[in-house]
Amino acid sequence: MMHLIALPVLLPLVTGLLLLLLAGRKNFGLNRAISLVGAGLLVLVAALLFYTASSGVIQVYAMGDWAPPFGIVLVLDRLSALMVLVTSVLAFFSIWYAAGTMDHPAYNLNGLMHLLLLGINGAFLTGDLFNLFVCFEVLLLASYALLIQGDGPDRAKAALHYVVLNLAGSSLFLIAVATLYGITGTLNMADMAAKVAQLPEDRAPIVGTAALLFLVVFGLKAAVVPLYFWLPRAYSAASAPVAAMFAIMTKIGVYAIARMYTLIFGDQAGHLANLVQPWLWPLALTTLTLGFIGVLASRTLRMQVSYLVIISVGTLLAGLAIDTQASLSATFYYLAHSTWVCGALYLIVDLIRHQREDGSDEIKSGPALPQATTLGLLFFAGGLSVAGMPPLSGFIGKLLLLKAAGTGYEAIWLWSLVLLSGLAAITALSRSGSTFFWRTSGVATTGKAQAWPLAATIGLLATTLALALWGEPMIAYTDALAEQLLNPERYIQSVLRHTTVGG
Amino acid sequence: MELLISIMLAVMTACGIYLMLRGRTFPVIVGLTLFTYAVNLFIFVMGRLTAGAPPIIGSGESYADPLPQALVLTAIVISFAMTAFVLVLALRARAELGNDHVDGAPVNEREDSRV
Repeated sequence: MMHLIALPVLLPLVTGLLLLLLAGRKNFGLNRAISLVGAGLLVLVAALLFYTASSGVIQVYAMGDWAPPFGIVLVLDRLSALMVLVTSVLAFFSIWYAAGTMDHPAYNLNGLMHLLLLGINGAFLTGDLFNLFVCFEVLLLASYALLIQGDGPDRAKAALHYVVLNLAGSSLFLIAVATLYGITGTLNMADMAAKVAQLPEDRAPIVGTAALLFLVVFGLKAAVVPLYFWLPRAYSAASAPVAAMFAIMTKIGVYAIARMYTLIFGDQAGHLANLVQPWLWPLALTTLTLGFIGVLASRTLRMQVSYLVIISVGTLLAGLAIDTQASLSATFYYLAHSTWVCGALYLIVDLIRHQREDGSDEIKSGPALPQATTLGLLFFAGGLSVAGMPPLSGFIGKLLLLKAAGTGYEAIWLWSLVLLSGLAAITALSRSGSTFFWRTSGVATTGKAQAWPLAATIGLLATTLALALWGEPMIAYTDALAEQLLNPERYIQSVLRHTTVGG
Repeated sequence: MELLISIMLAVMTACGIYLMLRGRTFPVIVGLTLFTYAVNLFIFVMGRLTAGAPPIIGSGESYADPLPQALVLTAIVISFAMTAFVLVLALRARAELGNDHVDGAPVNEREDSRV
């Protein structure tokens, strides 16, 4: 039971390596089966961890039994458990979709997907700053390779921008980590939080510099203004299961911001308490604004979904910037919703694209799709949910967030921009929806969608319904999560007082 | 020694960033490489500069911090792998886009194709 925390890291590692060995044409059926089983097991493990974490106990796992703060620890609190669950559910449906569609298969896709999961889960669970860097590199390297699966000049160009930007980001990450180590002498996040709280005043500015460098790095991952220009092009060039899986990538940045600036630079941080919150607010609102302008201006459906991802990042950051228990709770409810729905939208767009005569997702009228009713309903449900209309989960998430904004000037800004972005999403999606499904002439001769990808898409979209139906227990969980996040002493004590097995 | 290393770091970082902002892929990669060298050295220096001291506590008057040395090894391996990857990617982009500009086409050629 104690070793269960290490499984979300170990399981994808073993599956991924196995799949890379079985990557040839001959074993492709076996490859897909193992990949799907591995992803299914991961969902089970994540659900079990989610259940364990919901009791409120913070579990610490010392790798190799080296006592913190010297060894590397994995820490499971409510936030990590939620993020691991969101990731594994998304991965399961993406891999399921990929298993059904790969007619001209990319043989390494499954193996790389699991290596990506290894990095993502590691990043969510680790309690060590340098280990966080290593996990980021693992997931980035897998994502580089996934992005250039298949060919085409657009993909090569988008991948080049993505890789170069992220390499520069990694270097900044290292500078920030090294600066913090140089001043505090530790890399363990809990220990660092304790050290930063007692920092003498003359050392505060240099640690503050490192803290703001982290904001740049995580902002690049989360696609915050002005570091979001790479996202629409990269995501719309990726193949569908990969793009769906990438819906979690921006949330890793959001997670890292939430973790870093509540645990290390939160209320307790002495001279540096809450130093990024004044920055987050304008960044969040600008991201939101540019996101909805982008949604209205996009010419292809995938570009439109990519800008919807940016809107969701802006909304999430606004929740983090308000920094109260209610707003953080709303943020993490909305995070689960937006990850799953944006992932599902990428899959729906791919289904639509395959039934178009010219195989493109450009928003212009053409022959009717063979399965216009099914796909139209899916697109409608996804659109409603992402725009935040009742009765699906997007509505609940946005409502909670707007309520959390209170009645001050923050509320004026947040209400107007969040509602405007919802309006922009509805306008743009109904325009593209009516172009695709109603403004048609004749019927396209393309075949119907295969059963598996369709089932995977419906499954992922059904999570938004599940989030709405089981909204109450979910909100109770995120409330407790926010409470845990705002009181980091328990996290710090759990890690620092951890006794190793050997004593 | 601190001053010398600081100046060296600053020059290397500045050169790296300047090259990264260039328009063709090869200077960008050289810039990234220089930048990561500077970062690696920076990590090493963050363990403080000590000469002739073993990395073992209690073995003498002073000791060298072993942790940054371990970190810098990890960082070197990762940046080496990433550089290799980005080189291959740049070659592929060169093959598929027909030129080595980071945006796919030099400005004058792009204007020509628009007309």
